[in-house]
Amino acid sequence: MTDAVAIGEGVPSRAVGQDRNRVLRRLKLGDTGFRILTQISAATVLLILCGVILSLMIGSLPAIKEFGVGFLFTQSWNPVTEKFGALAPISGTLITAAIAMLIAVPVGLGISIFLTELCPQPLRRPIAIAIELLAGIPSIIYGIWGLFVFAPFVQEYIEPALITVFGPIPILSTLFAGPPYGIGMLTAGFILAIMVLPFITSISRDVFDTVPPMLKEAARGIGCTTWEVMRNVVIPYTRIGVIGGVMLGLGRALGETMAVTFVIGNAHKISPSLLAPGTTISATIANEFTEAVGDIYTSALIELGLILFVITFIVLAIARLMLMRIEKKAGA
Amino acid sequence: MSLVMDVPAAQSMSRSDLPEKVSVRHLSFFYGETEALKSISLPLHRNEVTAFIGPSGCGKSTLLRVLNRMYDLYPNQRAEGEVLLDGENILSPDQDLNLLRARVGMVFQKPTPFPMSIYDNIAFGIKLYERMNKAELDRRVEEALRGAALWNEVKDKLGASGLSLSGGQQQRLCIARTVAIHPEVILFDEPCSALDPISTAKIEELIDELSEQYTIAIVTHNMQQAARVSEYAAFMYLGELIEFDRTRRVFTSPEKKQTQDYITGRFG
Repeated sequence: MTDAVAIGEGVPSRAVGQDRNRVLRRLKLGDTGFRILTQISAATVLLILCGVILSLMIGSLPAIKEFGVGFLFTQSWNPVTEKFGALAPISGTLITAAIAMLIAVPVGLGISIFLTELCPQPLRRPIAIAIELLAGIPSIIYGIWGLFVFAPFVQEYIEPALITVFGPIPILSTLFAGPPYGIGMLTAGFILAIMVLPFITSISRDVFDTVPPMLKEAARGIGCTTWEVMRNVVIPYTRIGVIGGVMLGLGRALGETMAVTFVIGNAHKISPSLLAPGTTISATIANEFTEAVGDIYTSALIELGLILFVITFIVLAIARLMLMRIEKKAGA
Repeated sequence: MSLVMDVPAAQSMSRSDLPEKVSVRHLSFFYGETEALKSISLPLHRNEVTAFIGPSGCGKSTLLRVLNRMYDLYPNQRAEGEVLLDGENILSPDQDLNLLRARVGMVFQKPTPFPMSIYDNIAFGIKLYERMNKAELDRRVEEALRGAALWNEVKDKLGASGLSLSGGQQQRLCIARTVAIHPEVILFDEPCSALDPISTAKIEELIDELSEQYTIAIVTHNMQQAARVSEYAAFMYLGELIEFDRTRRVFTSPEKKQTQDYITGRFG
């Protein structure tokens, strides 16, 4: 019955048909314009990306010519003799980011599991907002807070405790050796962890919320506890989103400049101990750009930037690869 | 079906003389202030299929969700009265919920395979409660898949994702998963509402077979389905139990006018 009516309406008279064609043409024009606009927007991204890479490459050309591949494996950084090597900042960058992720990933996932599954309803919003505010704090504030408040705290309480606990254990004792300076790789890692925590938390919370309630009920329905539901159903279901959030956090941890510059100690030296001062790529650039005299010095700093770019790219690529392998394994 | 279940023998012996596996007594249910169920009393007979029918919003799904206390996951939902499973009140606060849900399995409106392989979808639930070696686990997975009439279709691709199956297969996978942990009662919440007629027929056939070993409750909007699969039927309307009897009687000579109107399609 209703079908017949619908068909009747679908056959237009000629006059209506012409009118419709005109409207359709106008709409089509609008659609074309819209498509071109979005294409331009998309092209802008590629253009900017290429521009950045190109200018980094051109800028670092003198340093690449001077030091070659050895730049990557040399520790010394001597502006006076103009001998530069990137090993210390590279290792510092990777180590501080690793410390940050080691802390922030479990804590961030823990917070979002609490928020989505366990937290009483009235508390959810306040906690979520607090976490988002954490993301809004400018990094310079983390820097001064880290230098004047957190580093002394670490020096006084955390580092001595770590030294006492891990001192007798063979490998760990080298990781936590030396005097507690307060500023150093470990403190920088801690600060970075606090800074990336909101990213990991808010993204994983959002993706946890996308799990259909029925799926969670189904897991409950065969007798799963909250932990088993999270571990076996929610996290596998949302793994792509979670890994995305973790990678976003890692990206930030690798590139974060101001806060790290304040608390890492800025020493161009690789020390086996996490308590020792070190440096990162971005901290080095931020610290030394103003005093970089001479082409080679400047160029070496730009090359550091290029290296950071490449590291970030590799991290993202590895993340993609991991995702693809996980998906293949799950047969999805 | 060559499905031999090793249900804990002692337990089923001592209590199998009770004709009622589950007894709902004066059950009222509240979503916040709203009373969704009003003093419902009905039995689920052992090894029989009981259908809950009635128009949308009559409380039949709510009743189902009380039977495994799924409502407990949500704040502001509470039940009053008693629900006895083998004579024990499952609404009591000391009832272990995970254990209860292992005893009272549930199949949902839409297929809900877990994001893992077909094999793991089944093995996961078994491993929650029992320790066993690989061979034994394999046997249990096969038994469950055969029990859900899915084995022949998936035996060559047990490693594939559960999500790669068709809707009807996914739903049978969910039934297999429920059967695998050897529950005593199985709750079906409109299990065929997302399925095509062929898959629906398969599931109905399956429910019939399962009722030889399990006590089953099914919520359905489909009158023919209720007539086909159930031995007992409960007609509910606006949170009240209007009529409960043998399905045959409810459908052929209902006592209440409301029931008759609903069944003959005059409302709902």
